[in-house]
Amino acid sequence: MKRHLLLFTFFLAWLCSAPLAADDGVFDQYRDLMGDDNPAVFVIDEGEELWFMPQGPESATLEACDLGLGPGVTAGAYVRYPRYFADADAVMDLESRLVHCMTTIQGRDLKTVTAQPYSLRGDFGTEMEALVTWLAAESEGATIAPEQTHAAERAMYSLGEEIFYYRAGPHDFSCATCHEQSGMRIRLQALPDLTSHTGAAEAWGSWPAYRISQGLVRTMGWRLRDCFRQQRWPELQMGSEASIALQTYMAVNAAGGVMTAPGLKR
Amino acid sequence: MAGRIKIRAQKKGDITEVKALMRHPMETGMRKDQAGDPIPAHFITEVAVFHGDQPVMQGHWGAAVSANPFLGVRFAGGESGDTVRVVWTDNQGGTGEGDTTIR
Repeated sequence: MKRHLLLFTFFLAWLCSAPLAADDGVFDQYRDLMGDDNPAVFVIDEGEELWFMPQGPESATLEACDLGLGPGVTAGAYVRYPRYFADADAVMDLESRLVHCMTTIQGRDLKTVTAQPYSLRGDFGTEMEALVTWLAAESEGATIAPEQTHAAERAMYSLGEEIFYYRAGPHDFSCATCHEQSGMRIRLQALPDLTSHTGAAEAWGSWPAYRISQGLVRTMGWRLRDCFRQQRWPELQMGSEASIALQTYMAVNAAGGVMTAPGLKR
Repeated sequence: MAGRIKIRAQKKGDITEVKALMRHPMETGMRKDQAGDPIPAHFITEVAVFHGDQPVMQGHWGAAVSANPFLGVRFAGGESGDTVRVVWTDNQGGTGEGDTTIR
């Protein structure tokens, strides 16, 4: 009995001394091994081709699309999101801005464009995923600097903060339940502290990311939707106020960090 | 948009190191889609690496290889400027090919 207790104490001591984010060490090694061979490179190419591909009733490319830095300017645009657009009188994330351009410039049907923004099982990437991946790559190395000058942008941040701490659903979960402490993990997955600059910058700056387990690039819009699913909350709609508010909260907390997307994840 | 390959080949001493990343879904045939219908098997069955016209590696692959597979190969010989070519064939008759020059 005594010996068991002693062993157990040793076990406890070992458990406590083991780094919490054990997975990260191994995964960082994996990332180093892969080097530049992130399969997202294919998706970047596909996104670029889609940007310059005439589509819709207007048979127009997206080159006339103003992502915030002027029509057709793609370099460095992504790090300024979410931001207010006067032409739509709304704060938009990149995904909703792309939808806006597809409907206004290419004349495409809103329902069709928003029907399935994220890949389902068996899909090999969607147009939205490809475009977002390319545009994020166009901001690689840039400083995260979301706009916070317009009152609507600041209101979005406050709303995002409110939703972040809002407990709801059958599990009484909030985003903060998993994401307001540092050095914690779920199973072996390290959980970023999104209330801290470091955690938010690491998270915001690494999405969109290639998920090895899914063989797909996923966007931040998808990441949030999947968090809602895990919280057993109603399905989060792409481009909804809740989605953009949470992205604003995260992006502003991440301001000053570096955009490293597309990332490579489990 | 299957068929694309990104290849890098670098000479390190007497050895040439080839790294190839291939765009392929590598569906096992065992999965079902959202509607519950089986997703047809679609995976690379044969892959080969050529140094000029000379095959330096040939392999049989199957459904156990990941989506967008990565292949690393080292072979003796090869000079800077030589061509290295990677080709694959899949179970649906699709092919992919890419080449690069040794750095």
